[in-house]
Amino acid sequence: MSGVYDRPRLLKEAHFHYCPGCGHGIINRLLMEVVDEMGLQGSAICVAPAGCGMLLYNYFEIDVIESAHGRGAAVATGIKRVRPENLVLSYQGDGDLAAIGTAEGLHAANRGENITVIFVNNGVYGMTGGQMAPTTLLDQVTTTTPRGRDSVTAGHPIRVCEVFATLDGSAYLERVAVNKPAAVKKAKKAIGKAFQCQLDGRGFSLVEILSPCPVNWKMAPLDACRYIDEVIAKRFPLGVIKDTSC
Amino acid sequence: MRRLMSGNAALGEAAVLSGCTHYFGYPITPQNELTEYMAKRMPEVGGVFIQSESEIAAINMVLGAAAAGARAMTSSSGPGISLKQEGISYLAADELPAVIVNMVRGGPGMGNISAAQSDYFQATRGGGHGDYKNVVLAPGSVQELTTVMPLAFDLADRYRNPVIVLGDGMLGQMMEPVDFDGLVRPPDCEKDYILTGAQDRPARKIHSLIFDTKLQEEHNWKLFRKFQLMEQHEVRFETYLIDDAEMIVVAYGIGARIAKGAIRRLRQEGLKIGLLRPITLWPFPTKALQEMVKTVGDFFVFEMSAGQMVEDVKLALEGKGRVHFYGRPGGVIPMPIELARIISRHYLQAQARADRKSR
Repeated sequence: MSGVYDRPRLLKEAHFHYCPGCGHGIINRLLMEVVDEMGLQGSAICVAPAGCGMLLYNYFEIDVIESAHGRGAAVATGIKRVRPENLVLSYQGDGDLAAIGTAEGLHAANRGENITVIFVNNGVYGMTGGQMAPTTLLDQVTTTTPRGRDSVTAGHPIRVCEVFATLDGSAYLERVAVNKPAAVKKAKKAIGKAFQCQLDGRGFSLVEILSPCPVNWKMAPLDACRYIDEVIAKRFPLGVIKDTSC
Repeated sequence: MRRLMSGNAALGEAAVLSGCTHYFGYPITPQNELTEYMAKRMPEVGGVFIQSESEIAAINMVLGAAAAGARAMTSSSGPGISLKQEGISYLAADELPAVIVNMVRGGPGMGNISAAQSDYFQATRGGGHGDYKNVVLAPGSVQELTTVMPLAFDLADRYRNPVIVLGDGMLGQMMEPVDFDGLVRPPDCEKDYILTGAQDRPARKIHSLIFDTKLQEEHNWKLFRKFQLMEQHEVRFETYLIDDAEMIVVAYGIGARIAKGAIRRLRQEGLKIGLLRPITLWPFPTKALQEMVKTVGDFFVFEMSAGQMVEDVKLALEGKGRVHFYGRPGGVIPMPIELARIISRHYLQAQARADRKSR
């Protein structure tokens, strides 16, 4: 029997630690598919974050270093400045990139650092149990916004791609989602374009991926997928936000 | 050839000659001449200079560069070094080599930009979270930077551990003649752990997350054994006029320079005083002190702080001998004559006490 869909060669045969319905597993898979299809296994170096994505070094058959919380873009900068010929990517969550690591991410982009950030936006701190993230929507209930996020006391959800788009050093920014098959295909294409941007030496690239977190959203997995289309994508519109090659 | 250079600039040149190819830093006084020197010099030797957005970013760039196999360094002063502690802890946990320069200024808090030695605890106790140690080197002159910097990069590479060069605002700012002819670039170590891309080899992982407490404990003991090796093999110190000494002054860095001036003065008055100058603050010259206390009863610790190294002296002596202390915190730099007066008072009191006992 021939399979139509198989485990990517570069994804280890390990049990993901991700919760049921989580988008990280899909994103991990997409990354390894694209790295393999572009022939980059011997080149790719990945920076793993603190957060739900931190254990990806157990799953990827490429070189990986774990970063302190939020410092991924700085660590990736250090690697890339030693090995400019390698593909360097930093995998980061919303707390990691848009709260504690805002400075590192923003300035890497501003320097036009020739790296790729894979930014997983699920609107909560997943690993620590569902606290408010910088991308948490207004009125969204989390463990630290038990009455819903109130902009007066807790600020507003940050549109990361749009903020980064203002910087002259950013070259390719796209927001995608992994909540349905067609969206997953688009996400994969965006990752490939971001890697190509880096291979062409065009500067900073970032793919923001809207990703379901049903456990912390307190939703069934399918409802979480629908919620991305019906609510989250209204605040965080999908599409190419910036592409300097166009 | 001797050149007149500031300590900061000489340190930069010594780093370059030691094979440092990547420098990441953020401005802070009194070490800006070092950052500026590297900005000018690094591109000349095909290296990389980045003025980072913060000290936190700089130390994490060092971590990335070290993981990719480069000889990398950063520099700062007290407040900035506090920000780097997170990254230094990760460097130690990941067993990555790095050199971190601290041109110490008066503190705590914002403090001032004068010379001080008040970051001794932070440097020698690890400084960040978790069980780890940094090698800490304390140069005492601009010329000594030409031996301390290659040693720093060599120890970092050989032990795969962060090394801190603990200077101070005075060492960084003062100009002295310096000669780089004797500087020997440390040999490259084989690095089988660095990330180069998994080309024709299994993928490599560098991480300090170890959920299994037993495995984390094992990793901690592994680091501990490495620190024991450093304690056995890497202690360095200088002695001065100790053969007939009845009191030994213990001081380091610029403090030792001031103490030497005081001792020369006191020797002219016939006071038998010597100096122990630790060059490695960690590992500390514990054994040297334990040898000295067999024949010397009094130890006088001088620091430009309210008293930090004095604790290591007491730990080394294990209750033997008498420990005297004089400190000037806050960035105050005492003159040798001031220190000489204090030392002589303690020396003469100790002598009087000994006389009373022998009568």
